[in-house]
Amino acid sequence: MIPIIIIGLGIIMIAAAFAAIYFKSLLASIITAGVISLLASVIYLILGSPDVAMTEASIGSGLTTVIFLFALHRVRKGNSDD
Amino acid sequence: MISLYTLILGIALLLIGIYAMLTRKNLMKIVIGFSIADTGTHIIIVSLGYLRGKTAPVIDAAVSVSNAVREVVDPVPSALVLTAIVIGLAVTAVMLSFIVEMYKKNKSLSIDDYQELKW
Amino acid sequence: MIKNVAVLIAVIGLVAIFLPIISGFQERDELNELAAQYVEGSINELRVPNVVTSVIVTYRGLDTLGEVTVLFLATVGVGLILKGKKEDRIKISASELLETTSSVLVAMIMVLGIYIFTHGHLTPGGGFQGGVVIASGFLLLLLSNVSLKMNHSIMHFVESLSGVAYVAIGVAGIVLTVGFLNPEVLPLGKFGNLLSAGAVPVIYSLIGIKVGSELTSILVTMGGEK
Repeated sequence: MIPIIIIGLGIIMIAAAFAAIYFKSLLASIITAGVISLLASVIYLILGSPDVAMTEASIGSGLTTVIFLFALHRVRKGNSDD
Repeated sequence: MISLYTLILGIALLLIGIYAMLTRKNLMKIVIGFSIADTGTHIIIVSLGYLRGKTAPVIDAAVSVSNAVREVVDPVPSALVLTAIVIGLAVTAVMLSFIVEMYKKNKSLSIDDYQELKW
Repeated sequence: MIKNVAVLIAVIGLVAIFLPIISGFQERDELNELAAQYVEGSINELRVPNVVTSVIVTYRGLDTLGEVTVLFLATVGVGLILKGKKEDRIKISASELLETTSSVLVAMIMVLGIYIFTHGHLTPGGGFQGGVVIASGFLLLLLSNVSLKMNHSIMHFVESLSGVAYVAIGVAGIVLTVGFLNPEVLPLGKFGNLLSAGAVPVIYSLIGIKVGSELTSILVTMGGEK
C-alpha cells in the first residue's frame, strides 16, 4: 500500500515540478512550487521523520511561498500589464 | 523498498531543478528551480537515513525505552535536513531581495538584459 | 545552440553520476555505530525522548549555533539590500473576514508556537518549527492591519538577547561541566517530564525565539516596512 502512495505522490510532484517550470504565469508557478513542498512533507512522514515533515510543511509551503509572493508584488508594481 | 522509490524521486526533482536553473530566462523561474532542487536534495538525504520497517526516533508508546536502538530510523539525516530547510529559506529570501533591487535598476526580469558578465 | 548542447551534456552527466547510486542502493536494516550511540546516549545520558532534538541541540550543537548565525546574516543581508522605503509598503486593505478572524487567531497561533518549542524535547517539533509558527502569526498581523508598525529595534533586541543567552549557556557548559553546550549545567530530572533533560528545553526555546524574530524581520522587510 505504501509504495503505491509514494509512486502516486511522486508522479504528482514531478508533474508539478514541470508545471512550475513551464507555466507562463509566475503566480501559478509559485503556487505549484509550494504544492511540491507540501507533498514532500508527506514523503518525510512516511520515511519516519516527523520533525522534518513539520519543518517542510511550515517553511517550504508556507513562508517560502509568502516570501515569493511579496517579491512578486514588489516586482509587479509599476508595470501592471503582465 | 520504500527508500529506493523516494531516492529516485529526490534525484528526479534535483535534476528538474538544475535543468530549470540552466534553461529558464526569467529570474524568478531560476529561483523557483533552485527551490525545487533544494527539496530534491532534502528527500535524497532523508531517504539515505531510512531503515526498513523502522519508526520515527521519538520515544513514546510505540517505541520501548530498552529496545530503542533496534526500532528507530537514523536521526542524524533528519537533524541535518531540519537545519538545511531553514537555511534554504534564508538563502531564497536573499536571492529574491537581490532580484527586487535588480528590477528597480533595470525594469526587467529577463536574464538576457543583464549581460555585464556575459562572455 | 551551443548553450542547448551544453545544458544537455550537463544534465546527462548528472544522470550518469546518480545512476550508480540508484543501482547500488540497498535499504539498510541496522543503525550504524554513530547513530546507535546517539540513540543510546540520548535516552540514558541526556534523558531526551526525541533523539533528533538531542542531536541538534547537544551532539551537533556547534553546527546549530553556526546555522543560527547564518540565518542572522541572511536577515541582515535582506535588510541591507532592501532598504525600506515608504512607497514600497504593500497597500492592499484587508477584507473584513481576515481582520475579524486574525484578532482571534493570532493569540492561538502564538500559543501553539510556544507549545511547539517548549515541548521540543518530548514530541516532534522544536525551536525551528515553533519559531516559524510564531513568524506566521506576525505575518497574519502584518497582512490584516495595513497601518501596523513593527518596531525593528525591539525585534533586534529580542534576537540579540536570545543569541547571547544561547552562547552564555554554552560557555557555562565549559566552566561547570566537561564541554561547550553541555546540557548538564541544569539538573537532568525525570525522563519524559517537561522540566527535564537539563538545559535542552531552555536552549531550544532560545533558538525558537531567535528564529521567530529573525523570520519576522525578514517578512517585514520583504513586505515593505513602515
